[in-house]
Amino acid sequence: MKKYFHVINIGVQNTLVYRANFFFRAAFALIPLTATIFLWKTVYAGKDSGDVAGYSLAGMISYYLLVTIVDALTAVNEDDWQIAADIREGAINQFLLKPIDYLTYRLCLFVSGRAVYVASAFIPVLLFLLVQREYLVPPPDAQTFGLFLFSLVLTALLQFFMSYTMALLAFWVLEVSTFIFILFAFEYIAGGHLFPIDIMPPALATALHYTPFPYQMFFPVSIYLGRSVGAELWSGLAVQLGWVALMYMAARFVWARGTRKYTAFGG
Amino acid sequence: MQTVASFWRRYAEIYLMLWRNSVVREMSFKANFILWIFVEGLWFALQLAFMMVIYRHTDQIATWSKYEVVMLVGTSQVIQQLFTAIFFTNCVELSEHVRTGRLDFMLLLPMNTRFLISFRKVDLGGFINAAGALAVVAYGAKQLELHPSWTQFVGYATLVVAALLIHYSLMLILVSTSFFTVRSQGIVWGYYNLFNIARLPDAAFKGIFRAVFTFVLPMLLVSNVPTKLLAEKLGSPLEIALLLGMSGALLGLSEVVWRACLKRYTSASS
Repeated sequence: MKKYFHVINIGVQNTLVYRANFFFRAAFALIPLTATIFLWKTVYAGKDSGDVAGYSLAGMISYYLLVTIVDALTAVNEDDWQIAADIREGAINQFLLKPIDYLTYRLCLFVSGRAVYVASAFIPVLLFLLVQREYLVPPPDAQTFGLFLFSLVLTALLQFFMSYTMALLAFWVLEVSTFIFILFAFEYIAGGHLFPIDIMPPALATALHYTPFPYQMFFPVSIYLGRSVGAELWSGLAVQLGWVALMYMAARFVWARGTRKYTAFGG
Repeated sequence: MQTVASFWRRYAEIYLMLWRNSVVREMSFKANFILWIFVEGLWFALQLAFMMVIYRHTDQIATWSKYEVVMLVGTSQVIQQLFTAIFFTNCVELSEHVRTGRLDFMLLLPMNTRFLISFRKVDLGGFINAAGALAVVAYGAKQLELHPSWTQFVGYATLVVAALLIHYSLMLILVSTSFFTVRSQGIVWGYYNLFNIARLPDAAFKGIFRAVFTFVLPMLLVSNVPTKLLAEKLGSPLEIALLLGMSGALLGLSEVVWRACLKRYTSASS
């Protein structure tokens, strides 16, 4: 175990180099977020009912604010590119020889990367939340908030295992960036980054719940907003846990197949 | 003496050569070329889907109806893709040229350096995606039963070019900072965020936000004005003048910044 703490430590130190980059990235990302909030305010202003598929204006804006927070805490940043590059350039050779597990190693780097990102993005995002505070609704109660945090951890793991598995395609193809972008596009719309998926046509929203994507973003946010309650909440958590387990096994399986084929190019 | 005609012919010939190089380069990775077109198409569909979902719950966003917004998102994509095709890669690579010192070599070539760094590579996929987006604009126009005149077509094309020059000028100004900061990926990424604003209807915005993104970084003009010209939504012809004026002003500013930054260039290696 001790060696992985060292990995986290080194990971934090390495990623700290990018703190300014992270800061600007987080700050820039607030501009399109502001635009989206403007857009929704205009939509609500044009409606007499003040309701879109069960979302009040405050609920809708809270949704986007929570997406920003969840994204900062759980999004895979450069990890998938780095994994693909490690494979392509033969940097994983050392992991095949040393008593260190590559998946755990990568998970540690992911955790340290998120920690540095959150620290760098903290001030601009917090300021933004303060400006929008009248629209940020609190969670219904402490238990819901606890479950939200639990689901958040599962979201992070799910994001990581999916990106990890995708990056392992580098064992078979030279250029994985297109595949990463395609996956990202699905996560973006089917995960609920762009809008809450339950404002889509109901049949489509239901169908999406059979994919892992809503559990990468939408589900924890819906817990926080009190839109997943009772039996639905617990079954949702079970499904999310199931997806995490499945993606973990997929990651292990693909790695095992990949290393069998691997020819240590470059070295 | 070099006449104006021979000047233009020389640069046209150079640009043709650069085009030929780009075609050869792209065709050596055919599968990748097609996959990228697919990825860009997917993202475009995603943006349209976002608007479609909003219009499930409302008939109007401020003054904009559904198919007007389809035309707007399409126009924004046409401009973004043309920008990607012609300028984007080149602007991004400037910081690499500075970092590696390759810019030395380019400064020595007997041609305008800004021309070379701006037009070195062409991203052919961008043209295909732009054509796809144009088809979406046409579809939106058909749904609205618009029958644009020739003047409107010419005006639309002109405004799209002006919009392209705005993106190009702003991007060049931003990447020119790589003469000082060496790495400018963060800036490039930040600018790409602004494209997200360009495809939203201007009437949804108010206050400082609208002022900044109209008069400083004219994102709310670039796609809105050409779309409004085509959809006959223009409030006044002044909007056209504003877009053209901003385009000219930013182009001029980018030349000033470019020259000032180039003066500070001290070469990287050796």
